Formats: sequence, C-alpha cells, structure tokens
Amino acid sequence: MTDILNALVLLANFVLVPGLTYGSQLALGALGVTMIYAVLRFSNFGHGETMSFGAMITILTTWWLQEKGITFGVLPTALLALPVGIIATVVMCLLFDRVVYRYYRREKANPVTYLIVSVGILFILSGLVRFIIGPQDRVFADGERFIMKARAFKQMTGLDQGLAIKTTQGVTVVTAIVIVALIFWFLNRTRTGKSMRAYSDNEDLALLSGINPAKVVAITWVITGALAAIAGTLYGLDKGYKPFTYLGLVLPIFASAIVGGVGNPLGAIAGGFVVAFSELLLTFAYKRVIAYLTPGDWIPEGLVQLLSTDYKLAVSFVILVIVLLVKPTGIFSGKTL
Amino acid sequence: MSFLQGGGLYGGYGGADILHGCSIGVDKGEVAVVVGPNGAGKSTAMRALFGLLDLREGSVVLDEKDISRLPPQERVTLGMSFVPQNANVFTSMTVEENLEMGAFVRQDDFRPTMDQVFSLFPVLGQKRSQPAGELSGGQRQQVAVGRALMTQPSVLMLDEPTAGVSPIVMDELFDRVIEIAKTGIAILMVEQNARQALEIADRGFVLVQGQNRYTDTGQALLADPEVRRSFLGG
Repeated sequence: MTDILNALVLLANFVLVPGLTYGSQLALGALGVTMIYAVLRFSNFGHGETMSFGAMITILTTWWLQEKGITFGVLPTALLALPVGIIATVVMCLLFDRVVYRYYRREKANPVTYLIVSVGILFILSGLVRFIIGPQDRVFADGERFIMKARAFKQMTGLDQGLAIKTTQGVTVVTAIVIVALIFWFLNRTRTGKSMRAYSDNEDLALLSGINPAKVVAITWVITGALAAIAGTLYGLDKGYKPFTYLGLVLPIFASAIVGGVGNPLGAIAGGFVVAFSELLLTFAYKRVIAYLTPGDWIPEGLVQLLSTDYKLAVSFVILVIVLLVKPTGIFSGKTL
Repeated sequence: MSFLQGGGLYGGYGGADILHGCSIGVDKGEVAVVVGPNGAGKSTAMRALFGLLDLREGSVVLDEKDISRLPPQERVTLGMSFVPQNANVFTSMTVEENLEMGAFVRQDDFRPTMDQVFSLFPVLGQKRSQPAGELSGGQRQQVAVGRALMTQPSVLMLDEPTAGVSPIVMDELFDRVIEIAKTGIAILMVEQNARQALEIADRGFVLVQGQNRYTDTGQALLADPEVRRSFLGG
C-alpha cells in the first residue's frame, strides 16, 4: 500500500505538479495566439517575444521595487510589478498594431504576409529585449520559495517520497485559473466580449450589425498583450528568465493552440495541458515508480525513460503532426472564439 | 419619391458595371420584390442600396436624405437593416446572442424587441440557448431576419431569404414578411421564387442586365402574359 502511495507521490512530484504549472503557462500563451488568430486571422509568431517583453518590464519594475525595499511578503514581488508589465506590453502591442499591422489590414494582405510580418516583429522585439536587459539568465523570484517542502511532506505523511510545491508553481496555477475565468466571463457575458466573438465568427455580418472593427481589433490586442505579459512573467518566475528560451517557447505554444483547435479559447487551454503532460510523461524516467509498483526488491536496470529530455521539444512537434493528420481542426473544432 | 429610393444606379465590384441605371424603391409598410434571371444584378442592386459596393453613378435616398456616400454601418444607425443571402447568422453563437448582436448599435433596453421577435418566430424562443449553427435552414433564416429586426429598422432588406428552404418553410417565411410589413416597416426583397414572391409584393421590379425591364404591382406583373412567359415559366 505504501508502495503504491510512494509511486503516486513520485508521479505527482515530477509529473503532475510541473505538468499543471507548465500546462498553465502554455495555456495562457496559447490563449493569446488563439485570440489573434480568431480575430485578426493570422498566426502571430511574435507572441513568444511579446511574452519576453512583458516579463522583462516586470523584472525591471521588480528590481526597482526591491531597491525601494518594497516586497510582497511571502509572494514574489514580481506580482506587484506585473501590472506595469501588462500595461507596457499592451501599449507596445497597440503601437505595433497601429504602425505595422494596420497597414496590412487596409491592404487586405493575405495570412502568409501577416505571418512574415509577425516574424519580423519577433526579431525586432527579441533585439529590443536583449538590448535592454541583456541575454543572461535572470532569477527574480523572491519571497517564500516553497508552499510545501519535500521534507515536511515526508514528515507529515511518513512516506519515503517527498512532494515539493514551489510558490511560483502555486502562483502560476492560481493566476492561470483566475485569468482564464476572467477571459471566459468577458467573452461570454459582456457586450464587448460577445461582439468580439461575433466579429471572429462572421466579420461581414458583424459589420452589418454595426460592430466597429477598429474597436474589436484594439480590444483583442489589449487582451493579448495582457495575457502575454502574465504568461511571460509566470514562466520566468517558475523557470528563470532568459530571453532565448522565449523563442523556443513559441513552438509548444503553437502546438497547444493547434492541438486544441486554433481560434477556440477552450481548445487553447486543453491543448496547453495536453502538450505539457505529453512532454513530461514521455520524458519522465519511470525507474523508481516501477520499482515501487513491482513486488519484491526488483529494480529495473535502465531509467525506463521513453525519450531523453533532450527530445522534449520534439514531442510537441510530433503531437502537432499527429493532430494535423488525424483531426486538422483540433480537439475542439477551431476558427471561432 | 419612395421612402427608400435608389435611382439611376451604375456600378459593380471593380470590374465592368453590373448595374446599368436601374431604379428601385420601397415605401413604409410595403413589400417590394426584385426578380429577374440569374446575373441580372438583383443582389448587386440591393447591396448598392446598402452601401456594400461603390456606386459609379446614381443616388440612394432614405427619407428624403441623400445617403449615397454613407458607409453601411451608418446606414444601420439610420434604420436600414440587411439580411445577406449567405452566412447570415453567427453560427457559433446562441440564438439569443445573435439577436443581441443585432441590437449592438442600440443603447436602450432591447428586451421588448427581442420578445417581439420571439413572438413573431416562436420556435426561436424555444431554441434561444442553442447555437444558431445547429438550427435547420428555415430556422436559421428566422434568426437572420430576427437579428435584422433588432435594430427596429424602418427598412428591412432581404437577399433571397428562401434560398434552400422547403416550400412549406418558404410560405411560412413569406407570411412573416407580410406581418412585419404590416407593422409599418418597408421591406425590400430579392427572390428566386419569383411567382410566390410577386404574389405578396406591393411592388415588383423585373431586372434584366442591370436595368429595369418591368415595374408594376406584384399582381399586375403576375397577370402580364409577357412577364409570365419570359420570367415566370409560362
């Protein structure tokens, strides 16, 4: 019995908790990608760098707050700085829309052109971020490090395996739940949110109903910018901030959005968790879990790992390919908000 | 001069003109029907009245005001409402949300109007929480008309509202159209089912190649042997 519990705790510690955290981060990122796709109808490859930009502003503000001696008690100070990051990212998104995307909207450019433009913005942003904060690793999490320490858990339960939950992991999951609830409330309950869904569903009919496209586009960027800043900050808090990782993050984010059904917010969230858990489950070494679950003292010789962690990124690609082959519209059929 | 009057319309979608000087008008409480062979420019004429294509020549007058240069959204606020032929509902949104979007330009309480729509189309009331995309073709048309009525328009324009619905549903829809006209709304309709549409029409316009060929009351057109032979299949 204790063996089974030990095995479960082991899985919870190395798969469930990190999976929920990483899944929440991907879900928030994919939500931003999916919003842009649903309303502006293009794949925004600049989203990862937008997240990076938001995280950077939050970090700079965090440092400034720390210098002033302001902290957030047991919680990371970055949460206090986050509103500044959100506002800066939203302003940046609206600025890029005004200066760049609006032109292509008026030209009625095709989606491929938009995609290339978003790659251009990706490079501008990544250069800007490296110019301002530099390419190094930054750890900016402070406050209490753990909600639950492995040792405390062992003492509490008397099990051999510990369960550790970092504060940043707790903060990530809770924030993600709050934000997702807010987004769904906004889209389904408010007049403006509904007008966004209407515009995403049928642009021409939305115009005939008197919905102002400029306003819908602006609100979409506000939401996307806010989501990007939050997702970027949470990811940086949890895993440490390094501009380069945000470039790589675009892939699992797009995989999440497409797996769930691009354009569908519910799909973005489901997709985030599917990708996160697939990565973790396929690269986890099951050696000790199997040792617990098999009778006697037998321990497998190898690590019993399906894939080396080096192939983590490949997992999201494979999922992407499978989904595109088997169900191209994604788990929840996409294309509308 | 009618309440809504397009006169001497010339224009198309950028290439060659499709409209060659046709004139269409409708008064409050009337049903006006535009019929004609395929490619006659019926739908184009309707879209021109709503400002969905650029006119090269001609004018559109609503309630003695020239609206030829106004964008469609502003025509909506002036009391014009348009039901396109295709993709005329928000498929992913519920019936109720569709109607709500129809009332988007309104700042006042639109609940009474929504109740009116539900009493006009009772089936929509039963399916108010269902996505419009899951409804049958006839019910979708009702949603589309209902959405257009939410602005409390003075002119309702329908582009082939009975395309792809069964004859029973068509009769049913035409009955509703008459009912709506009786409330004092001007109705302008493009129809493929020319004979049935002309039967309920106060005014009929037969368009050929972007020009008016015959203009008369619906009954007179139906009685005209030449119109019958050329356009109504004998």
